[in-house]
Amino acid sequence: MSDLTDLYQQVILDHNRRPRNRGRLPTANRVAHGDNPTCGDQCSVYLRLEGDKIADISFDGSGCAISQASASLMTTRLKGKTAAEAEALFKDFHHIVTTGEAPEEISDVAAFAGVHAFPARIKCATLGWHAALNALHSDPTPATTE
Amino acid sequence: MPSAWANVRDDFPTLHQQVNGQPLVYLDNAATTQKPRAVLDALQDFYLHHNANVHRGLHALSMRATDAYEAARARTARFVNAADPAEIIFTRGTTESINLVAASWGGANLKPGDVILITEMEHHSNLVPWQLIAQRTGATLQYVPVAGDDAEHGLDLAALDRLLTPQVKLFAFTHVSNTLGVVNPVAELCARARQVGALTLVDAAQSIGHQPVDVHALGCDFLAFSGHKMAGPTGIGALYGRRALLDAMPPYQSGGGMISVVEYSGSKWKPAPERFEAGTPNVADAVALATSMDYLDGLGRDAIAAHDRELAAYAYAALAELPGIRILGPRAGGPRGGLVSFALREVHAHDVVTFADQDGIALRGGHHCNQPLMKKLGLPSTVRASFYVYNTRDEVDRLVVSLRRIAKFFGGA
Repeated sequence: MSDLTDLYQQVILDHNRRPRNRGRLPTANRVAHGDNPTCGDQCSVYLRLEGDKIADISFDGSGCAISQASASLMTTRLKGKTAAEAEALFKDFHHIVTTGEAPEEISDVAAFAGVHAFPARIKCATLGWHAALNALHSDPTPATTE
Repeated sequence: MPSAWANVRDDFPTLHQQVNGQPLVYLDNAATTQKPRAVLDALQDFYLHHNANVHRGLHALSMRATDAYEAARARTARFVNAADPAEIIFTRGTTESINLVAASWGGANLKPGDVILITEMEHHSNLVPWQLIAQRTGATLQYVPVAGDDAEHGLDLAALDRLLTPQVKLFAFTHVSNTLGVVNPVAELCARARQVGALTLVDAAQSIGHQPVDVHALGCDFLAFSGHKMAGPTGIGALYGRRALLDAMPPYQSGGGMISVVEYSGSKWKPAPERFEAGTPNVADAVALATSMDYLDGLGRDAIAAHDRELAAYAYAALAELPGIRILGPRAGGPRGGLVSFALREVHAHDVVTFADQDGIALRGGHHCNQPLMKKLGLPSTVRASFYVYNTRDEVDRLVVSLRRIAKFFGGA
């Protein structure tokens, strides 16, 4: 089971059990939804964009441990970044999960390198990131009042 | 137990392999079944010794190929107790069979005001074709609801009675649900439909390999199934249709093989079954399919039914003890076929299936081509374990051990 425990490393389990930045963001001005209809994973991402900076970010959704943990992790990485930095971070993440090549520094994101050995799960890992980028590119939405 | 059962696992070469360092435990039979050596040999034997195109050749090999193909058709008719081999159309499988009826019978017979009745538990292949033909013809599609928070009561038969009005032209439903595992009372459902003058189509994909299926006893007008879910090859299946219905239906696909005369000004069709078999058929797989029927009858389909249902009941009882588990479909003692679908509260289906795979166990996770049903039941996805002739109680025990470990890893329980 060791390959698998690599994949579901403590980081993934931790983010799955205690997701960061989970819930709707009342001050959001960009929202996007992503889902994998083939597997039922869903992710909504809420951004507060101030200028070109992601001032605040949250996610909500349901799905497998990998998709939820990845979305949680993504929000911690993107908070405070500019749109350009976010795009670059996504490219890095995509590279990590598709090749298994993790950066040398120890990072939570590197924990996802193991996904590449399970190609069917790559879409789970990238779902939240895709939703975040869609939110960045989307039209401004009024802040929710709920 | 008859002697054919004593060595049944030895008959299936694919089972004898390791997955992730563990002996394979193949519990994904509702998706597809493994094939016995006899079926594989029949397939190769056809290509080695009898391969030629059918129907239009006059040489020895062509006549042998034609005889083998038509013998497979006759064997299929006997397998479902159809009166006439001409009532068996070979298709690619259940999905194509249903599409054929929807497009051909539906296209020619449905109009605004007509109702197509299906159920909330249908597989997408017995749902989407009806949505499309309803849109094209202006007919209305309605659904018999399932009853119970886990659909444990099966079809709501009181609702069925309300829905079966004279406007219903066709009632299409599944024999055994690939997600819920419930075995529907087909003969009774067909009788009720007949009372209002509705035709019936039975999706037998999950039943055909697991129990006797007798179109006369069931009283259905159409029946669809796939070979690969009954120990036969992929790419072959059949549609049974009452002769009178088939002969009145326009072609589905057209081209060579299904015409009697072609002129530049127009063409005339052959009668069934040829009318619905355009182009060179999947001859070799039809021949191999007939062998799978012989193999299953060698085990005895009543015995297969007993084996699968007993295993599913054993699995149900063991799974029901897992903390935080939700099992769909009939409760213990209810009409359950050879499969169990469930959800663990702490663990998403994908994670369960990935972990079980590491233990060599093949399960399926997802919506099982039942998206609307899953949505109604409030489940993004479930895990399904489905059994067949070669599965054992030991394998169910290994499944339960694996699930306990998975639940512990995720939930810390």
